[in-house]
Amino acid sequence: MRDEKGVVLFDPYETEQQEWKKQQVKERFKQLLTIISPIFILILWEICSQTGILDIRFFPPPTAILGTFFDLIASGELFKHVSVSLYRIATGFLLGVIPGVIIGLLMGLYAPIRHFISPLVMAFMPIPTLALLPIIIIIFGIGDFSKVVTIAGSVFFPVVINTVAGVLNIERVYLDVAKNYGASPKDFFLKIAFPGALPVMLEGIQMGQAIALLTIVAAEMMGATSGIGYLIWTSYKAFMLKEMFVGLVIISFFGFLFSLFLRGLQKKIVPWR
Amino acid sequence: MSESIKISIENVTKIFYKKHNSVTAIKDISLQIKEGEFVCLVGPSGCGKSTLLRILAGLELPSSGEFTIASESDERPLQSMVFQEKGVIPWLTVEENVAFGLKMRHLPKEVIQKQTNYYLQKVGLSQFSKLYPKELSGGMKQRISIARAFANDPEILLMDEPFAALDEQNKFILQEELLSIWSETKKTVLFITHSIDEALLLSDRIILMSAHPGEIMKEIKVPIPRPRTMEQVRANAEMAEQFLTIWNHLQSEVQRSRK
Repeated sequence: MRDEKGVVLFDPYETEQQEWKKQQVKERFKQLLTIISPIFILILWEICSQTGILDIRFFPPPTAILGTFFDLIASGELFKHVSVSLYRIATGFLLGVIPGVIIGLLMGLYAPIRHFISPLVMAFMPIPTLALLPIIIIIFGIGDFSKVVTIAGSVFFPVVINTVAGVLNIERVYLDVAKNYGASPKDFFLKIAFPGALPVMLEGIQMGQAIALLTIVAAEMMGATSGIGYLIWTSYKAFMLKEMFVGLVIISFFGFLFSLFLRGLQKKIVPWR
Repeated sequence: MSESIKISIENVTKIFYKKHNSVTAIKDISLQIKEGEFVCLVGPSGCGKSTLLRILAGLELPSSGEFTIASESDERPLQSMVFQEKGVIPWLTVEENVAFGLKMRHLPKEVIQKQTNYYLQKVGLSQFSKLYPKELSGGMKQRISIARAFANDPEILLMDEPFAALDEQNKFILQEELLSIWSETKKTVLFITHSIDEALLLSDRIILMSAHPGEIMKEIKVPIPRPRTMEQVRANAEMAEQFLTIWNHLQSEVQRSRK
């Protein structure tokens, strides 16, 4: 390999280029795998339903579900349920996140407030908001607001806890810098505490978003006359499983969409990470 | 330069009290630093040199004793600190970091802009002004820290081992840059380091400290004319001797604290 030929054959530039190309192919293959896996499951499901391996009454083939999906869109029923649920999620989410962030920041910044409130948070957090649903319905009625409150209740806790952790995890030296350069309490809050806590806070908000979706479906199953959860539950009771599956897929779709949106938002508002 | 006293420290003691073992970090420190003087505090780690600096920086209160920093005008902040490596705030851009002290003092926008641009240019970061610190190297980040302190135009500058985390090359470059900015402003500087070379290159006077408790052991004058370069310091026979004196002192202090 040490002769002239060897040197020409093993041009380092070309070797690295080959290596780079191989890496690119591997990357593309990985992306492909990510797209393939859901499609693969759907095809497998389709085949199993069509050939009778899966009971078609419980597992209607994806193509049939798609047909029902279009029927529900055409009748306007789907739009009604989805818009009702989205409204409840959005309002409940905001009603949970905003007080969560405010209380979390106060707890993080002021030790007496933290010590006063954290036992309450610890005590209420393990109680599933859904278990309180009967009481919530008694107090707030069967309308939209009881669902909104339920969602707000479940979103609140992860946001509070992450906001407190976010503030407490700000590196000490940044606090020293702020103090040394004479930051006023207002500047300290806006320039140090809030932006410093933001990354961990956003993780809590991500978690809250996932919990909001879980909660809305369950809440609408128990006491509602509309919404995706209602659609799933009534379809199931009427043994209209295709409609039920449409509801399930919608939930999964929105979950995906929301986390994509929040991740995009994260990149926008914490560009320094 | 005038001979007036800029920083006067009198019998400052700091004890960190705990239930079982209280630690006397510094004991009866008295020190006078003249206007425009560059003083290095050298000592083994744990000798309380950082504690003394933090007291001057208003980040700790002394247990006893007092200090004064002579103030020429009310508009100037008393002191600004250059922190160790992590003092640059990651969610502010380079420019916002340099402007931090000025913004905290709510100066007029034009003043902030002018002062910030001047020091950004001084440390060679103008073209990076809109970037976040994560995109810069360790040396660049320390330049931000230095620019931030100088831009704030304080009565005195406090520097807490600002170059300790840098590699040799970057350290030399930044030390010379610091000297060049300093020679322009003639600020009074109190600089902490455990590098003897650094102390000999930078300072007019070196204060040697001992550990447990931190006390002042010795003062060494560094009479090399300025502007200095590392080559000059290295080539100076007297300084080589001083180097050994400090070296032996540090050695024996480290040995003593091990026992």
